[in-house]
Amino acid sequence: MKTDFLKSLLSSSGLSGFEIPVAELIKEKWASLTDELDQSALGSLHGLKRGSGKGHSVMIATHMDAIGLIVSKVSGEFLHVANLGGIDIRVLPGQAVIVHSERGDLSGIIAQPPAHLLPEGEAKGAVALKHLLIDVGLSARQVARKIKIGDTVSFATEPTEMSGGLLAGHSLDNRASVAALTLCLEELQSRDHIWDVWAAATVQEEIGHMGASTSAFQIRPDIAIAVNVTFAKGPGATNWETFELGSGPTIGLGAVNHPFLHQQFKELAEKLEIPFGIEILPGRSGTDGDDLQISVEGIPTIVISIPIRYMHTPVEVVATKDIQRTARLLTEFVAMLDADFLEKIVWDD
Amino acid sequence: MLKIRKPQLNLLEKLTNATAVSGDEGAIRKIVRVEVENIADEIKTDAMGNLLVTKRGKGRNRLKIMLAAHMDEIGFMLVNKESDGFFQFAPLGGMDPRQLAGKPVWVGREKVPGVIGAAPIHLVSPGQYNSTIPIASLRIDVGLGKPNVKVGDRATFATKFLRMGDSIRAKALDDRLGVAILIELLKNAPANIDLLAAFTVQEELGLRGAKVAAHALDPDLALAIDSTPALDFPVHDGSENIRYNTKLGAGPAIYTVDGRTLSDPRIIRWLSETGDAKKIPYQYRQPGSGGTDAGSIHISRAGIPTGSVSVPGRYAHSAMGLCRIKDWENTLNLLHAALSDLSPDILKEAR
Repeated sequence: MKTDFLKSLLSSSGLSGFEIPVAELIKEKWASLTDELDQSALGSLHGLKRGSGKGHSVMIATHMDAIGLIVSKVSGEFLHVANLGGIDIRVLPGQAVIVHSERGDLSGIIAQPPAHLLPEGEAKGAVALKHLLIDVGLSARQVARKIKIGDTVSFATEPTEMSGGLLAGHSLDNRASVAALTLCLEELQSRDHIWDVWAAATVQEEIGHMGASTSAFQIRPDIAIAVNVTFAKGPGATNWETFELGSGPTIGLGAVNHPFLHQQFKELAEKLEIPFGIEILPGRSGTDGDDLQISVEGIPTIVISIPIRYMHTPVEVVATKDIQRTARLLTEFVAMLDADFLEKIVWDD
Repeated sequence: MLKIRKPQLNLLEKLTNATAVSGDEGAIRKIVRVEVENIADEIKTDAMGNLLVTKRGKGRNRLKIMLAAHMDEIGFMLVNKESDGFFQFAPLGGMDPRQLAGKPVWVGREKVPGVIGAAPIHLVSPGQYNSTIPIASLRIDVGLGKPNVKVGDRATFATKFLRMGDSIRAKALDDRLGVAILIELLKNAPANIDLLAAFTVQEELGLRGAKVAAHALDPDLALAIDSTPALDFPVHDGSENIRYNTKLGAGPAIYTVDGRTLSDPRIIRWLSETGDAKKIPYQYRQPGSGGTDAGSIHISRAGIPTGSVSVPGRYAHSAMGLCRIKDWENTLNLLHAALSDLSPDILKEAR
């Protein structure tokens, strides 16, 4: 798989609520792949790829925002930060970061002060976020001039290819899915499809799916697919919620996932001989799907996920073939949507 | 005064991007050899892998001065491959386990990319959110397929040199700063001394290379050139930080007492007086634990008058350190000026 676009997404900032840089990249890419491209009031991108039929539409939502940090206080040479999204404080000390200031991007390091400068009780175990500092290597005067409260701080690990067709980097959650959706749009260029496809790059998923709920309201699709990442097996991650890396996309099963859509995706994957896993999501899925489903009068929804290792760390790892498989599954699903599909979505009582 | 300019920055970039975990210092040895072979009077690699370079002066009564900078850096060794393909690893050198999770690494001499991951926070029980992930639970992941990696390979943090304004961010500034300074001193060697440069191995495992280097070189006086932590952070309660070890931007750190060595008082005086006379800023490293190659050198043979000078650096022994270019330059100049003024009389002074 060509990874240039995905790598550019990973190297771009775009934390929850501050998605402009990554949105610009996606906009540029989707401009030629969609018939209409618009941005919602909250900043989500809506790309319409028209089908040959009339009226029916499927929305495929991939959130483009990433977790990170935000400057909460400037203190001499150092910055204090708060979290944007579900940050694991145990992976923060010694990380390379980029501070996004109005005066340009500044490289920095997350500093863990030595135990004797911390309150008793912080000496052991993970140091609380409020005691960690960002060091940008500048004098207090320069820091005061360049950085202010509210500037965002992204991880800075470079996207790196690893053995076996893997890619490591931060923000694969959920830019891997954005890449899959983009690949799907590319494949649809040479495919006939009856239904309209709304490709959505949503905002603010990591702080509560605000983009998905508002985008679904605006688009009012007949069915919705949330594409996200799920847990690949790895050290400390071996339970039933985890999947082998490179074992294909997962198809959600549980309250958020309409049973008919689940069945359709499963049969389609089997027919296409695309390997897949069943992701058991008993209640809420923790994805855009939760809010797509309860938008407007309710939307039949399914969650499709790509397994990644070390989710929410700066070294997430994905198998690129899983991105390709996810794209193919989405493309084939869109292509099989016929004029009567909606009528088939019934409750099996 | 000597300057840190583009060539010096480029050399430090090359030195810090190279990997040389204790016991496998060949990559640095090679870079140093290329830099100094045309100017050295003698150059040899000893039984342990120390690179010993002699640059003789001119005239009579020249002191034999040993300058030591260690080539090795902290890192890891892959110790076991598990059935699922992940590698267990052991740290080489002192490390805070809290600095490991979520970092990219380079494995082996070919720098095969890998990562030290962490279980997703979503799958961690709330009771563990604030606890250290022990090294025993961490693994090095080098991906699928058949990467060129095996048990016994060493690994380092995958950190690339970066200039940040007046600062530098890189791995292994401890002690590539010392190596860079020692190369520069060889290139600008004062004629009044015989300069015995020891690019040492296995410092991070207990000052092991310096022990045999000092024995072989048998110097009249010795200095270790290293990088020492700057712990000049704010204190959580806003009180004055009185245990900062050294401060960034305050110049070279002259050692008085560390965990391994009481520096020779004559050397402390000599370096301080040079700084005062030449108006080169310097600071005293706060007495405390830790040690440099001086710890081995000063008790070698029948005893060798020894001291240490370090470039202050933040975040040593983690994925990336930070130093000020000006501190590096001032350290180079303090040493160069002090050596240029050195007279054999120093050894006749009262301790």
